[in-house]
Amino acid sequence: MTKSSLVSWLILLIGFLYFFVPLIGTLDFSLRLVKDQITLQAYVNVLTTPRFQNTFTFSFMAALLTIVVATLLVAPTAYWVHLKLPQIRPLIEFVTLLTFVVPAIVLVFGLIRVYARPPLSILESDLGANFLLIMAYTALALAAMYRSVDVGLRAIDVRTLTEAAQSLGAGWSTILFQVIFPNLRVALLSGAFITFAMVIGEFTIATFLARPAFGPYMANVGQTRPYESTALTIISLSLTWACIGAIQLLGRGARGQIAGTGQ
Amino acid sequence: MIGSVQDKQGNFTLDNFRNVFQGVSLGVLATPSEANLFGLSIPLPFTVDFQSNSIVSAYILSIQLSVTTALLGGILGFLLAYAVVLGGLPRFARSALLTFSGVASYFSGVPLAFAFIATLGRLGFVTALIRNVFGFDFYQAGFSILSLTGLILTYTYFQFPLMVLIITPALDGLKKEWREAAENLGASNTEYWRHVAFPILLPSILGTMILLFSNAFGAVATPYALTGGNFQLATILIFRQIRGEVLQDPGLGYAVSLGMVVVMALSLTLYYWLQRRSERWLKR
Repeated sequence: MTKSSLVSWLILLIGFLYFFVPLIGTLDFSLRLVKDQITLQAYVNVLTTPRFQNTFTFSFMAALLTIVVATLLVAPTAYWVHLKLPQIRPLIEFVTLLTFVVPAIVLVFGLIRVYARPPLSILESDLGANFLLIMAYTALALAAMYRSVDVGLRAIDVRTLTEAAQSLGAGWSTILFQVIFPNLRVALLSGAFITFAMVIGEFTIATFLARPAFGPYMANVGQTRPYESTALTIISLSLTWACIGAIQLLGRGARGQIAGTGQ
Repeated sequence: MIGSVQDKQGNFTLDNFRNVFQGVSLGVLATPSEANLFGLSIPLPFTVDFQSNSIVSAYILSIQLSVTTALLGGILGFLLAYAVVLGGLPRFARSALLTFSGVASYFSGVPLAFAFIATLGRLGFVTALIRNVFGFDFYQAGFSILSLTGLILTYTYFQFPLMVLIITPALDGLKKEWREAAENLGASNTEYWRHVAFPILLPSILGTMILLFSNAFGAVATPYALTGGNFQLATILIFRQIRGEVLQDPGLGYAVSLGMVVVMALSLTLYYWLQRRSERWLKR
């Protein structure tokens, strides 16, 4: 048994090295803007750039809106499917899988082709392009969100809760917003954090819809300023850490309601 | 009442997708070279593809890259999951690995490319370290982060964590009773794995690897940020097509897109089928 656990440790070591060496490399690189000196100057440069602040705010807002739209779309759907139409569950799962079948680049190509010319030239205005961006992000978030909510729904007794609420005279909106959603809070939040982690640095769709988002900004910085770009990497990675950390904390609060992987 | 709202919302999602598909298929029908092939809209993209060698090679490169990283990531991820589930490691190793995998599987795209340039680039951390400590410069030995090898190393970074996340529950699903039964019948460890555990896990393993394949196949941001769009992958081709840098033929862009959708659809169908098979034994 000791031999096999030695091998296990070795494998784990390889995995952790693979995981951490690039992070250490990035961190090291980001601190070396000034020759022969450890400095936070690259971070200062990045954080004080107005474009950083603007693009970050933009992506942050986009992420929040996506979370709202995806939640309003997925949660009632999943609830209804769970309660009344369990037989169409494979169909819904198939729809959420479509986000894997259609890569982001193909999705955005289709969007541009359909919406950049009459009769549906929505892309011409900023508002229209922003709208399309949120819709595309929502499509990307569907899979993660649905899985998360589905796991949450399985953990609670939807039928009993619904019937109890009904016999107390609650209407559908009361049932959804005061009974079901609060019970799904952990699942909804973990879906929201996964969505946030996906949207905040998204590159492809934002680039082609010409939105001033964080992902394209990062790519842009990377072409001209290597130190600042690694600082950005560390910043965006910390955000991902924060999201996953939040999911884990939530999961600890309510065991069995966690979706975690999202895929 | 809610039901009608519900339907609306459901339809709305589908609309989103339908538009995408419409965009793709309309494009194919609008391709001039397709007029003579009317009614045969599916084979067309491939006809177009084969006319131009660069597109075929882009597909081949994309597939090569995706298969390699799916295999590498799959094997590494499986070994890691095996180590923490069945390797006799303490509990914290498992939760640490799962947390890291959760982060790493979302650490892709532009930042990941930067991280690898900073690590294995010409001036990268590891490159410099190895040069200074061992006096060996692997850039002189022909390595480059901008090459296929570099891309493979980079992709594997977001591939293996995904494998860990998906395969760990499957390994958890292996019942102790199966092992005991096998041992009672006189099976050795190897025989148990060869005849019991591995066949049960195989659909999950293959299925996850297919997911990894599609994951790599659709990636744009990572190769773009890593190589500045000079590496001819199928996704990069569409990217440059939309940018208008090459081949001013939108129909071709559609065709490449549709080709990608076909590849993805095939792999996902296979995934679905394998998923069904694995559920037979690994019911939760």
